[in-house]
Amino acid sequence: MNFFQIISEIEKVDPEVYDRLDSRRSIFKNMAGLGQKLSAAALPLAVGAIFNKVYAQTPVGAGVNDVLNFALKLEYLESYFYNAATNVTGLSAVNQAALALIRTDEANHVTFLRGVLAGNAITAPATTGVFDFTAGGRFNPTDATTYLALAQSLEDTGVRAYKGAAPLVMSNKTVLTAALNIHSVEARHASQLRAMRRAGNTSSTPSQGVAVAPYSGLTGAPKSWISGTDGGGVIPTASAVRGFSTAGIYGAGNQTNAPANITFAAEDNVSQGGVTLSATTLTATAGFPAAAYSEAFDEGLDVGTVAAIANNFSITGTYFN
Amino acid sequence: MSTKINSDSQTVEQDQDRQLSSPIARRSFFKYAGATAGATALVLAGCSKSDSSPGMVNVGSGDAGVLNYAYALEQLEAAFYTQVRTGAFYTGSTITAAEKSILDDLYYHEVIHRDFLKAAITAAGATPIKALTPNFANVNFGTRAGVFGTAKAFEDLGVSAYNGAGQYITSSTYLYIAGKIVSVEARHAAIIRDLNTENSFVGNDVITLTSANKATGDTNYAPAGSSLERSMTPSEVVAVANTFLADGSKLDVSGIK
Repeated sequence: MNFFQIISEIEKVDPEVYDRLDSRRSIFKNMAGLGQKLSAAALPLAVGAIFNKVYAQTPVGAGVNDVLNFALKLEYLESYFYNAATNVTGLSAVNQAALALIRTDEANHVTFLRGVLAGNAITAPATTGVFDFTAGGRFNPTDATTYLALAQSLEDTGVRAYKGAAPLVMSNKTVLTAALNIHSVEARHASQLRAMRRAGNTSSTPSQGVAVAPYSGLTGAPKSWISGTDGGGVIPTASAVRGFSTAGIYGAGNQTNAPANITFAAEDNVSQGGVTLSATTLTATAGFPAAAYSEAFDEGLDVGTVAAIANNFSITGTYFN
Repeated sequence: MSTKINSDSQTVEQDQDRQLSSPIARRSFFKYAGATAGATALVLAGCSKSDSSPGMVNVGSGDAGVLNYAYALEQLEAAFYTQVRTGAFYTGSTITAAEKSILDDLYYHEVIHRDFLKAAITAAGATPIKALTPNFANVNFGTRAGVFGTAKAFEDLGVSAYNGAGQYITSSTYLYIAGKIVSVEARHAAIIRDLNTENSFVGNDVITLTSANKATGDTNYAPAGSSLERSMTPSEVVAVANTFLADGSKLDVSGIK
């Protein structure tokens, strides 16, 4: 790697780079001995560290703020939901510990997003009077089965929300990377909650549960990944619980005003990049179970559809609008 | 080399330049390039394409470069799970039904990812890199720990790779596709980590629970206590991936920027 070539390249776009950096002498003092002390693989990090101190972080633009504040609202929903986990009875200690880990993550996500937004962050919602995890009296969220089912639903929704929003923030590389780095953590959570439901509320070995089709229903035992539409999720039909259904979490989104080439397909989608995935188009997959093609990809969701899902837990029904 | 260095740092610069550019014996170079697991392969970040080392696979640049980079990693994962299925742990008597089902699904998903990406690169009018030859000499396919330990390394690596590559993608179409794959890899990573140790689906080694990732100003930066995935640059990722790739298949990602 040619450090001096890098400086030359930067100098072409920023002739004052030398003035911005530490005095030339101290740069080279810092660099001296690098050949011995650091492996070649670490060299780019050292270079990055020197230059990254210099350039201020890209300020967050207005459109990006809206996306981040929407994400922040979802994180508050999750954070407050996991705060209530301690009220849940009938869970193994291992499962309660998992919920504690997720609770920490969601609280951390709230803090992080508030930090990125700084003065542009929404006011924190009150801890009572804003969200209702009974969804208007439909559920008892202190019941372990119900609680884990709702948790999985929220996490799967969050994954779809971040995924759908990523293209909206791609103009800001730092925000995009942060959004992707939260998105994958929500997917880890979703995977874990599915494992917990699979192995059972009182299990101490959640990794060892066996998935049983159909994966839907409050007492379902789903895979860690979404298979088809998962039969509509934990509450597949609206008539079951006074109009509330989780089918929308796994269904298609609203394409109105969607960014170009972004389709908010249902989770059973097998058309990726214009290619219908099958044993015919991907010949090495002959004999694969049909479900694998949809499982291998998650789908994004538009803000409006996410808001409609999340508003089921808003007392006014409009918090996420 | 810049000509704007002033004279009082000239001596240091000359010494540094000598260290960085002194020729290395060809045999020593290939020894470094063919490093086995545990050693760090050479990283060629910052070099132009013409500086590419002989025998390495250059993934290219631009969106096609990122897609080829992803294709390379999926090739590695697919090859790993393919070999898992013929190994003594998978075919033996100690594997549980849950474990077998999960390893089966991971195999299906990674082969689908691999072949989809190859098709996508071709559809984009670019040339997919060749079929890579893995080096699993240090992987123990006969034990539970060997299989799930290596699977964990690959899945976590894949998540941090996709997340760290997003910033280099210019087309929203490809960014969205990458997003659709990475969350599945994260689902994989979580359950595989749990199979290693219950409740390790998240941990400070993969998310910024108790320590930061990178330094302020780096696009991959996240502070301690933020619980963000530890995304990695393509160079950092291939430093690990190359320890599982044979000579002649090691990746050069210097074009991704």
